[in-house]
Amino acid sequence: MKQHRILRAYLLGAVTLLVLWWIIALLVELPIIPVPDKVFVRLGDIFASTIVIHGVYSLWRIAAGLALAVGIGYPIGLAMGYFDRFDRLLSPLVYLTYPIPKIALLPILMLLAGVGELSKILMIFLIIVFQVIIAVRDGVRTIPRETYASLYTLGASFGQLFYHVIFPASWPKFLTAVRVAMATAISVLFFTETFGTQYGMGYFIMDAWLRVNYLDMYAGIIVLSLLGLLLFGLLDTLERRTCRWQLK
Amino acid sequence: MTMENNTIELKGVTVNYGKPSAPFTAVRDVNLTVPQGTVCALIGPSGCGKSTLLKVMAGLMKPASGTVNIGGRDVNPHDLTIGLMPQNYGLLPWKNVRDNILLGCRVRHQDMHERQPMYVKLLEQLGLKDLLFRYPRELSGGQQQRVALARAFLLQPDILLMDEPFSALDALTREAMQDVFLGLWREHRVTTVLVTHYVEEALYLGHQIALMQSAPGRIAEIIDNPWGCQGLDRGRDDVFRLSRTVREKLRKLEVGDA
Repeated sequence: MKQHRILRAYLLGAVTLLVLWWIIALLVELPIIPVPDKVFVRLGDIFASTIVIHGVYSLWRIAAGLALAVGIGYPIGLAMGYFDRFDRLLSPLVYLTYPIPKIALLPILMLLAGVGELSKILMIFLIIVFQVIIAVRDGVRTIPRETYASLYTLGASFGQLFYHVIFPASWPKFLTAVRVAMATAISVLFFTETFGTQYGMGYFIMDAWLRVNYLDMYAGIIVLSLLGLLLFGLLDTLERRTCRWQLK
Repeated sequence: MTMENNTIELKGVTVNYGKPSAPFTAVRDVNLTVPQGTVCALIGPSGCGKSTLLKVMAGLMKPASGTVNIGGRDVNPHDLTIGLMPQNYGLLPWKNVRDNILLGCRVRHQDMHERQPMYVKLLEQLGLKDLLFRYPRELSGGQQQRVALARAFLLQPDILLMDEPFSALDALTREAMQDVFLGLWREHRVTTVLVTHYVEEALYLGHQIALMQSAPGRIAEIIDNPWGCQGLDRGRDDVFRLSRTVREKLRKLEVGDA
């Protein structure tokens, strides 16, 4: 029932976009804005043979960057949220570095980590990790002290506190942070894929543009947007499954 | 139920809040003995340190001076099983009813298999069978209270500490829940300290009624209550007379504070 409504909303959004695109294409009548049906035919032709491999590369970079960011950011955020001393120590560091546009660090990253895979993954990591740290810290810090009381009196270990209280209590904030960071990560990924690689959606789209192959370019843009839709859809589903306790 | 002695004994307990250099004394020089297998009701004006005393017994706070013993042992949450029912019931919002009930036993690493018959019986007694997969926010206050009671009694604690457990409920539900508690308590006879601000509740459930006064919090008088946990008619004449006496004493204590 609810699933149906969500699906319908997505379909409506897609149709609206397509109609707008179509109208503009018909009005402008330029090769730079081809009509959607041609693009979709091209997409069908080259998807399995060419685009898939680029999509997989992009997905892998996002997944690796995200895993790295969670693996490092979660424990730091947890320590900062639970132990005041860590927070006092690390907050200035986090606040000083968080506002720096991470893309500005790309030249340095490329010098240090090369132009290959590592610098791209590190870039995504840098974008997501701060959001994760701050979300987890705030999530842990806002847990009321009384919530721990009945577990303390039972002599619960830190591991048990983490499992029963800290992790589930901070989980929704964590998911939200990942979602917010994901949009930035995808757009920056696009940028980093325009050099130092022959694979990835960024490379594919820029390459099609340079070859003045607008149909390919649009096919790539559609796939990139679907990739984002897939990731956000996964996050939303995860949230619906795991956060039912706080949804109305 | 264990045959151990779980008498709660407070001797000269003083508790301070705030910095050691400028302490605020929440309770001063409290002496209280709750014999094994009885219920003690702590009653008094707000801010008299009732909850603070409970926290000390729960091992959540250390007294600045004085001792707290349970069956002659120090309060240590690793040796003793302490059941604490906080004012807001202490249910974890991200766990469903079933997991909330089992939480205490899980944290204590109790044998779930052995507890199974009791678990089933408690669900039956408390009418929770159809609510197992609901989350706390989907429950009424009375239902949340039942879950908290199921958790506390399934744990089979050495002592049970309850902080205004029935205060958030409407009058009828409150009386019903007091009876539910009474039924469970008679079966298990766990040594219990109950903080309340209802005279009727103290009289209905407490073998002892400790009247507290504030600034600083201390026990003004301990009244032995022959009707504690007897489940007697709440409207009986002699119960009513005692309740009037308690009320008058409380009023004097509050006037004395002002």
